[in-house]
Amino acid sequence: MRIGIPSTLAYYEYFPFWEVFFQELGFEVVSSPTTTKAILDWGVQHTVSDACVPIKLVHGHVRALAEDNVDVIFLPRMVRVAPKETFCPKFLGLPDLIQASIEDLPPMLSPRIFLRYGRMSLFRICGQTAHSLGASPIKGLRACAKALDAWHVFLRSVRRGMTVAEALGIRQRMKNTVQGPRLALLGYPYLINDPFVSANLLGLLEERGVQVLTAEMAPPGALKRLSRQMPKNLFWHYSNRVVWAAMYYLDKGMVDGVIHVTAFGCGPDAMVSKLVELEAKGKVPFTTLSLDEHSGQEGIITRIDAFVDMLVRKKASA
Amino acid sequence: MKITFPRMGTSHIAITDLLKGFGNEVIPPPPITKRTLDLGTRYSPEFACLPFKILMGTYLEGIALGADTIVSSGGVGPCRAGFYMEMHRRILWDLGYEVETITLEPPKGHMRDLIKQVRRLIHVPLSQVWTTGLFVWRKLELLDIIEERAYYLRPRELETGSTTRALRKCLSIVRSAKDMEQLIEAEKKVEEVLAAVPIDPDAAPLKVGLVGEIYVVLEPFANGDVAETLGELGVEVDRSIYLTKWTQENAFLDFFRIPADRDAKRWARPYLDEMIGGHGIINVGETVMYSRDGFDGVVHLAPFTCIPEIVAKGILTKVSSDLGFPVMTLYLDEHTGKEGVRTRLEAFVDLMGKKRVKEQGVAR
Repeated sequence: MRIGIPSTLAYYEYFPFWEVFFQELGFEVVSSPTTTKAILDWGVQHTVSDACVPIKLVHGHVRALAEDNVDVIFLPRMVRVAPKETFCPKFLGLPDLIQASIEDLPPMLSPRIFLRYGRMSLFRICGQTAHSLGASPIKGLRACAKALDAWHVFLRSVRRGMTVAEALGIRQRMKNTVQGPRLALLGYPYLINDPFVSANLLGLLEERGVQVLTAEMAPPGALKRLSRQMPKNLFWHYSNRVVWAAMYYLDKGMVDGVIHVTAFGCGPDAMVSKLVELEAKGKVPFTTLSLDEHSGQEGIITRIDAFVDMLVRKKASA
Repeated sequence: MKITFPRMGTSHIAITDLLKGFGNEVIPPPPITKRTLDLGTRYSPEFACLPFKILMGTYLEGIALGADTIVSSGGVGPCRAGFYMEMHRRILWDLGYEVETITLEPPKGHMRDLIKQVRRLIHVPLSQVWTTGLFVWRKLELLDIIEERAYYLRPRELETGSTTRALRKCLSIVRSAKDMEQLIEAEKKVEEVLAAVPIDPDAAPLKVGLVGEIYVVLEPFANGDVAETLGELGVEVDRSIYLTKWTQENAFLDFFRIPADRDAKRWARPYLDEMIGGHGIINVGETVMYSRDGFDGVVHLAPFTCIPEIVAKGILTKVSSDLGFPVMTLYLDEHTGKEGVRTRLEAFVDLMGKKRVKEQGVAR
């Protein structure tokens, strides 16, 4: 049996886990190809009009899997993985939204990922998922343990300074020959690491000798301590990480500038962008880079060049 | 301490009484105008939703009138509104207005915090708190009843505009009631005023359910006067949300862990089986229920960029085609004009009218 996983959204955080999990159960895992114009265009045409780009993208990716004739599409309903936070409402309703918008889909497997009791809950979900695929739940637990190991290897390489795209093998390891400015490139992993939607943003920054720090590279313990300093935290998993990482990098004085990467029409980012902007105010330069289905590489290059040049000049004059 | 608070529909009439009754100096929020919205839009993030921008403008106008404290509700997500008070505070402080904020979080899980915040608002003996509370609650209920009655009367009125005039008169009667005795008197007067509106008792108007995000459903400025316009087009409106009912379910019952809107959630389940925040799941369920109750259609109000409502819209499209039931989503933002809304509603009303004639052979 072939299990298809759309390569967007939670893929950029959990694919190494689910890949090993299903392989251990003896299934073949297929991920959709990296985003192409065709995938994006199909998504744009078939998604409710006011949705953000990432939601349109996932429609395209699910379609690509259906065309690949996978037997099951695996799209977990991400609800809660850490205490006191949840995912964006669009993630919560995603399996229902996909079912309502796309016809003739292969069966969808959408376990509800709600880790009320942390790892215990994860093991239970894995057991249930294995059972629903006709494997024994005990085998599911064993696969879960193996998958966790693989996932921790992935997390470790990200925390040692690899971008998610590098750790997943989507792009080559950055080699910084020039010692350019250090930038906090903050945004959701499914935007920054998608070479098509971000118009190869990581590559463009590499060419300009910029050293990139992303939200995933910040140590989770330090972020947790920072979260207690907030009078009130945001509600969404990815958004919180972006805000905390911004506070972390700015507090430590680790960066020369902050770029917030956002998708056009992203709801939570209306809050996040302002929060990060107010955090960076008076410390380092800040800019927002908004990506949408029409953003070409030229526009992004212009904006990055202007920002990076300004940082270089600021550093030289200091 | 001079307090201001957000304006939503007619509720400010009673909330002003509540805060005054608790011994506060109150700056009632000024009526929402184009200027309020322009002001709010200028200082809000571009993709914040319409309620955020209106509130931003209201607060700035309140501050200009001398307010130094803002009271608003909190929330636990996943809808963005739960974070709005915090966001508004940061933006206002950044602009140089160092206002105090009092955020009323939902009782579940925040009881101690809620009590602490409420105590900052109370400067009178407990007995007076109780009488004020009862008085204000009754006033809120009366305000809701007036609106509900107006929705019934408007499509049946013989002279266009007579209901709206009566409604305004009723609101000023309620506003001037200062204690329980006067309020009971006001209830009688309101009844007389509404009964005096000449109507056609045999009319069988089209019936439309109004669902959507609570702020834009309750505040006519935010929705381009949808309810009034529909009424004038000869349509009876059933609003799914009233402030008193909503508060009862989401604040009182919540304290006892009794889930609200159980029916709506049950009917939504085949389409959407997850709390997606805001009024997402309720809207899907209410739409199914309106269809079962023989309504002619549903108007779904959503602020532009509202996350839960975008999901709801995607699913309502499917509900509508499954049930053969007309649903129209109106996205509302700072560029929404009353005339634009009216044009779309006229087309929608025509569609429902033709559908009814086709199905029942009854002309309107």
